[in-house]
Amino acid sequence: MAEKPAKKEQIGRQPMPEQDAKVRARNFDEVPFGLEPEAAILEASRCLQCKKPACVEGCPVSVDIPAFIKFVAEGKFTDAISNIWRVNALPAVCGRVCPQELQCEGKCIVGKKGDPVAIGNLERFVADYERNNRLAPMPEKAPATGKKVAVVGSGPSGLTVAGDLILKGHEVTIFEAFHKPGGVLVYGIPEFRLPKEIVFSEVEGLEKQGVKLICNEVVGRTVSLDELFEEGYDAIYLGVGAGLPTLLDVPGKNLIGIMSANEYLTRSNLMKAYLFPEYDTPIILGKNVVTLGGGNVAMDSARTALRLGADSSRIVYRRSRAELPARGAEVHHAEEEGVEFHFLAAPLEFKGDDKGRVIGMKVQQMELGEPDASGRRRPIPVEGEIYDLECDLVIIAVGAGANPLLTQSTEGLELNKWGYIVADPATGKTSKRGVWAGGDIVTGAATVILAMGAGRDSANSMHDFLTRGW
Amino acid sequence: MFKIVEREEMAQGTVIRNVIDAPKIAKKAKPGQFVILKADEKGERIPLTMADTDPEKGTITIIYMVVGKSTARFKDLKVGEGYMDVIGPLGKATHIEKVGKVICVGGGTGVAVLHPITRALKQAGNDVTCIIGAKTKDLLILEDKMKAASNTLYVCTDDGSYGRPGFVTEQLKDCLNEGGIKLCVGIGPVPMMKFVCKMTKEYDVPTLVSLNPIMVDGTGMCGGCRVTVGGETKFACVDGPEFDGHQVDFDELFQRLASYFEEEKRCYNEYCKLSESKL
Ligand SMILES: Cc1cc2nc3c(=O)[nH]c(=O)nc-3n(C[C@H](O)[C@H](O)[C@H](O)COP(=O)(O)OP(=O)(O)OC[C@H]3O[C@@H](n4cnc5c(N)ncnc54)[C@H](O)[C@@H]3O)c2cc1C
Ligand code: SF4
Ligand code: FES
Repeated sequence: MAEKPAKKEQIGRQPMPEQDAKVRARNFDEVPFGLEPEAAILEASRCLQCKKPACVEGCPVSVDIPAFIKFVAEGKFTDAISNIWRVNALPAVCGRVCPQELQCEGKCIVGKKGDPVAIGNLERFVADYERNNRLAPMPEKAPATGKKVAVVGSGPSGLTVAGDLILKGHEVTIFEAFHKPGGVLVYGIPEFRLPKEIVFSEVEGLEKQGVKLICNEVVGRTVSLDELFEEGYDAIYLGVGAGLPTLLDVPGKNLIGIMSANEYLTRSNLMKAYLFPEYDTPIILGKNVVTLGGGNVAMDSARTALRLGADSSRIVYRRSRAELPARGAEVHHAEEEGVEFHFLAAPLEFKGDDKGRVIGMKVQQMELGEPDASGRRRPIPVEGEIYDLECDLVIIAVGAGANPLLTQSTEGLELNKWGYIVADPATGKTSKRGVWAGGDIVTGAATVILAMGAGRDSANSMHDFLTRGW
Repeated sequence: MFKIVEREEMAQGTVIRNVIDAPKIAKKAKPGQFVILKADEKGERIPLTMADTDPEKGTITIIYMVVGKSTARFKDLKVGEGYMDVIGPLGKATHIEKVGKVICVGGGTGVAVLHPITRALKQAGNDVTCIIGAKTKDLLILEDKMKAASNTLYVCTDDGSYGRPGFVTEQLKDCLNEGGIKLCVGIGPVPMMKFVCKMTKEYDVPTLVSLNPIMVDGTGMCGGCRVTVGGETKFACVDGPEFDGHQVDFDELFQRLASYFEEEKRCYNEYCKLSESKL
């Protein structure tokens, strides 16, 4: 085991071992290998155990970061996971996908002078350690209350609600429209960033605790909310995500080879098109791929394209590097793997061949103007600066909207002007009695941890209702 | 698993009918709606409009032509076996009301989709004339059922082996010339629907078509099923599958349906080879 140097600051941040960029750009295996126990202990020893930990303030669900890190430093990995579980049911997921640089690590005191404590990597380490060893005691279940809860959607938000309420003694059934649970964690985020086995193992854990999972059930179509109440459910949570793709309205938008990131990633991840023809679902294998957008979805798409054999994978983004909304690590990984970035560039038009397949696009050069409502500087076109890009696949990853399928078939559910469900920020209560909502369908496309946080708040409020009343 | 309780080979084994145990879907489904089926773990999600439902028995009926690997895999499923996943009912139901004289035109397996709509239109008190067609006599399906579901039935075959020789549009023209038609419903291959709509437009007869673009989720999540209707982008899985045929850009739909043509061919050939080697 590594010795402990006297001055904590002298230990550098332990690097995350990962697959070589050239190799991984052509396979779907997870990029980082995870920390070894020795490295995790050493990394944990970098934490100053602040009295007023800034990192915790940065965490949307207030994980007791110094406490779990202390356990890691002492080699008590099982205590560490039990501690995290108190507020975060999916640490193996969060350790991999949270934007730590904007949250806990962005606030960490150690980061003021050097690299912050690698909180995300440590969280991931303890969660993986537990999944591989199964040593932590299962949380105890409260006596049965006889109340029935329906959770609609099995993304991080719905899974959190299900996990919390089953422990509080309620009967919980999750209804999922897709044939597999996990929401974006399974259909959106690629295998190389979040192995699906991790998500399924979390869901299995819930099922072991007694949560019932019904897939292939589109609430609003197969069954309505009012019918669920008639069937005897006492409370319903809506965690249906923001599953509506934003498409572009420029000439040529419906050519073959222009698709939403939702479609591209769902084919690849959920349907396993990257294993075609072993799996039956096909996917377009672009040679010159352009992805429009700058968030995690865009990074995931551009990196998937490389892995599917693209010669070039470019990201075309309207703003500049500084405004890229993706996690830092994803941008860094994408660049290492050879994704090219075209900043301050917006699509003007797509061009197709006689079979209706996309062969190129016209791009407008932009510059940054005055800040807009979001506080970000608005991109404006530079007159006359237009260039062509050759491409045979264009993936549109410019955002998501509220999918109206469930909300429009449900009476009494108040929506805002963009179609998102209006829910009390503290409790998740909607305008419809007995119905709560949270995650992307309330906030718009956001993050895994915010969806989980909303699930936690709603679960508490639902428990109050089930034991005391609306 | 969604069990197959009845199976029938039609049109020389090129078309298969499955009655599937799916009580929740059967209870909810209305004419015009579709389901998405997936045979097994590695299967593709395939949308098919329901040909019938029996809420009491809790079954739905699908009728499909074997055209590629996925439908070939479906064909291999026997009674007692089943589909791993069936999702539905999806899409909007056909708006059924009494309008008077109605013509229903069906081609190929489109006839299967047309059948419940025809029946509902007749039940609603419409005077329903049906024109169904196929390439040749052996490929014609559901003639008896369509006869029962309509007031008048015409059959056409491209090769003249049965009924009136030629395309359904020729018979349609005669019917339109008689006048008084309030609504036309045309369901079949894209070129057929295109020509039906072209003709009914000349006669100013409102026409419904049911579109079958490539789909993934069927819930409005991916946009893969988008079609242009009246210059606007619509998602067939949630806004459709039925649309005003006079507004549909059929050429775009036809092109987009070929998105995975090469991949599908490759996959199907490999599957056929594999099936042969197993024999
Ligand atoms: C490609 C991609 C990459 C991302 N990367 C990151 C990242 O690195 N870090 C991060 O923090 N966030 C990331 N996000 C965002 C994050 O995944 C979402 O904010 C989060 O998943 C939202 O969780 P949710 O539970 O609200 O909804 P979802 O995860 O969207 O789950 C909703 C579920 O409900 C189901 N559903 C929808 N309608 C119905 C219905 N009517 N009946 C039954 N079920 C229904 C859906 O099928 C789905 O399974 C990413 C998103 C995408 C798309
Ligand atoms: S802010 Fe950094 S050093 Fe302080 S407790 Fe949190 S992780 Fe440790
Ligand atoms: S099938 Fe995905 S949006 Fe219609």
